[in-house]
Amino acid sequence: MTITGTNKGHLGKKALEKDLVIRVCVGTGGLAAGSGEVIERFIGELGNRGLRGEIEQKCVNKTGCRGFCARDVLVDVILDGDISTYQFIKPDMVSRIVEDHIINGSPIKEWLVGPDYHVFHDKQTKVLLKQCGQIDPEDINAYTAIGGYEGARKALALTPFEVIEEVKAAGLRGRGGAGFFTGLKWDFCSTSRGTPKYIICNADEGDPGAFMDRSVIEGNPHSVLEGMMIAGYAIGANHGFIYIRAEYPLAISRLETAIAQATEKGLIGKNIIGSGFDFDIKIKKGAGAFICGEETALIASIEGKRGLPRTKPPFPAHKGLWGKPTVINNVETLANLPAILTKGSEWYASIGSEQSKGTKVFALTGKIKNTGLIEVPMGISLKEIIYEIGGGMERNRKFKAVQTGGPSGGCIPASHIDMPVDYESLIRIGSMMGSGGMVVMDDTTCMVDMARFFLSFTQNESCGKCTPCRIGTKRMLEILTRITEGKGKEGDIELLIELGTDIKLSSLCGLGMSAPNPVLSTIHFFRDEYEAHIREGICPANVCKALRQYVINAEKCKKCGKCFKACPAGAIAWKPKQTATLDKTKCIKCGACYEACPFSSIM
Amino acid sequence: MLEECKRILKKYLAEKGSIISILQDVQDNFGYIPEDVVFWFSDALNIPASDFYGVATFYAQFCLKPRGKNIVTACCGTACHVKGSGPMISRIRADLGLEGEEDTTGDNQFTFENVACVGACSIAPVLIINKKVYGNMSPEKASNVLKEFGEEGRAS
Repeated sequence: MTITGTNKGHLGKKALEKDLVIRVCVGTGGLAAGSGEVIERFIGELGNRGLRGEIEQKCVNKTGCRGFCARDVLVDVILDGDISTYQFIKPDMVSRIVEDHIINGSPIKEWLVGPDYHVFHDKQTKVLLKQCGQIDPEDINAYTAIGGYEGARKALALTPFEVIEEVKAAGLRGRGGAGFFTGLKWDFCSTSRGTPKYIICNADEGDPGAFMDRSVIEGNPHSVLEGMMIAGYAIGANHGFIYIRAEYPLAISRLETAIAQATEKGLIGKNIIGSGFDFDIKIKKGAGAFICGEETALIASIEGKRGLPRTKPPFPAHKGLWGKPTVINNVETLANLPAILTKGSEWYASIGSEQSKGTKVFALTGKIKNTGLIEVPMGISLKEIIYEIGGGMERNRKFKAVQTGGPSGGCIPASHIDMPVDYESLIRIGSMMGSGGMVVMDDTTCMVDMARFFLSFTQNESCGKCTPCRIGTKRMLEILTRITEGKGKEGDIELLIELGTDIKLSSLCGLGMSAPNPVLSTIHFFRDEYEAHIREGICPANVCKALRQYVINAEKCKKCGKCFKACPAGAIAWKPKQTATLDKTKCIKCGACYEACPFSSIM
Repeated sequence: MLEECKRILKKYLAEKGSIISILQDVQDNFGYIPEDVVFWFSDALNIPASDFYGVATFYAQFCLKPRGKNIVTACCGTACHVKGSGPMISRIRADLGLEGEEDTTGDNQFTFENVACVGACSIAPVLIINKKVYGNMSPEKASNVLKEFGEEGRAS
């Protein structure tokens, strides 16, 4: 698209005969960093210079999340196909970009991304995230222009049996956490008796630390719809539901727009694409219950009930929603389908490791330089993820552990950093793939506190139906809390292991079965930290408040007296021009002196 | 109240298992789940009020008490926790004068709540005020952002 315009003002008439496209990320992260305002400024600045008209929405494109939220707001300026990417852009930087770069042709070097940005992206293998950050998620034409809905067309030209075989051959496994073979699940459902059948997209991404599904939906909602169509056709379901958590309002609205646009184009509704297959999709919002990410609880929620899981068998594939055969697939699982159908199962199976095919999207967060979303082939090493793509540790601190699988997973310590990331390897080490959250921790993280944090989350979210989870997790939490408060007893660690093992074996559903994992995993790899808390009354990472030791470094003390004034317990002695001293017996460990000292002389 | 209830009922009459959707619309409309509204729907649909309350008390989203004018939500997910959501939360509660289990200020200007994870983990710690997302927060920054919502919002 060529833009011509006249530049009013002191530069006189000037025609800008170049193709201009500007891309600004409007995922939740981008918007929080101010991308909405950045877009408005671009439209304003270009308008002020006489470059009006077609620019408005077509030229300045909103795109979904490209994954590198740590560098928001990210802006691509593409002149005649030449891409320059800017990072950390604020609204008042826009006018200079328009003036210097767009009009006068010289990019502003100090605002451009460096080689590390390209390393972040080049080291990834993008299948799902390929179009996020490239296309406008609110425009179906942008999706169809890059081959969108071709996968569905291909699927509809095959028999449902052939589609299932293709997905089996690809080796696709459920991306929600358990990693069950998708083709097999579809098989069970398609051969089950009962109509109508249902396909449900599980978008109840409840794992704290995970935002892969949110980003895929916000960045490329049509890929999810297309996946649902393919799945529905394969199993013989004419009705689809997307169960999405209410805490994702932007994702919900993007889906609503996408469904409306797809319906208008005859891609959803009766006789889609003239195939004779009817398919409709409804959105059902979650109401704030982590347990509803579990299949049977999710079904109960759609049925309008309390989200209580039930025993399996019968599995949803045989008896699911309203007692009918139902397949529940995760967002990422479904979003993989268009590519598998268009590029073929052989291509898909060539990526990844022996048992874990394809790519996985991870949410890389915590004490790491490059926080954001990454997509990598299964089997890649943890080391590569953390040090090459992730850019290494924040503030060059020492890597301690990475937590995978959210509150159902476990920690992987530095000693295992060379391990491959795939389903089997993670289970072997006591963790699990989970939905894809990866939280990186350094030496300032207390592993006992982390275990307590996760357990308090799962305990809170426990539905209460079965005794092992309802009461067992409560007891484990009590013990952990005591330990972090300095009241740990000899035998506590053994009791935690015993309780944890029993709860895993006897709980009704996946929540209870995996809730003890973070505790068992941290005890296994960081037992010394637990022992320090219990036997020595010390928190090695200096996190647990009750066990914190405050010490004034006499050499660094500048004798300003601020700590003395801040202390509410009279534990600090100080006179003007003298070094302050701290009386441990009076110290209530509130941290006020630590906060007050401007010279970091208190440790 | 009657008009809104009738409108919501009409929307979901044909749908199976619509209790949750109805409650969501009720909360969107009234700001919380009023008792008389529950009993109205219970009569209209011939479903015991206890079924409604069973659902309303199970899901964290539903509030049985009126909420403040401004809703302040702190994310306490894993990434936010690791990046320091704890001190931020303590600071906000102190600024708003909330003690113990309280979540709404005396003058009904602010309701403060925690949520498990909003999925904006790379800009942790995250604070949401009236649906607007604020990232990379600290106790200081959170305090400043709250100030924008007016001095009169503070409980004495």
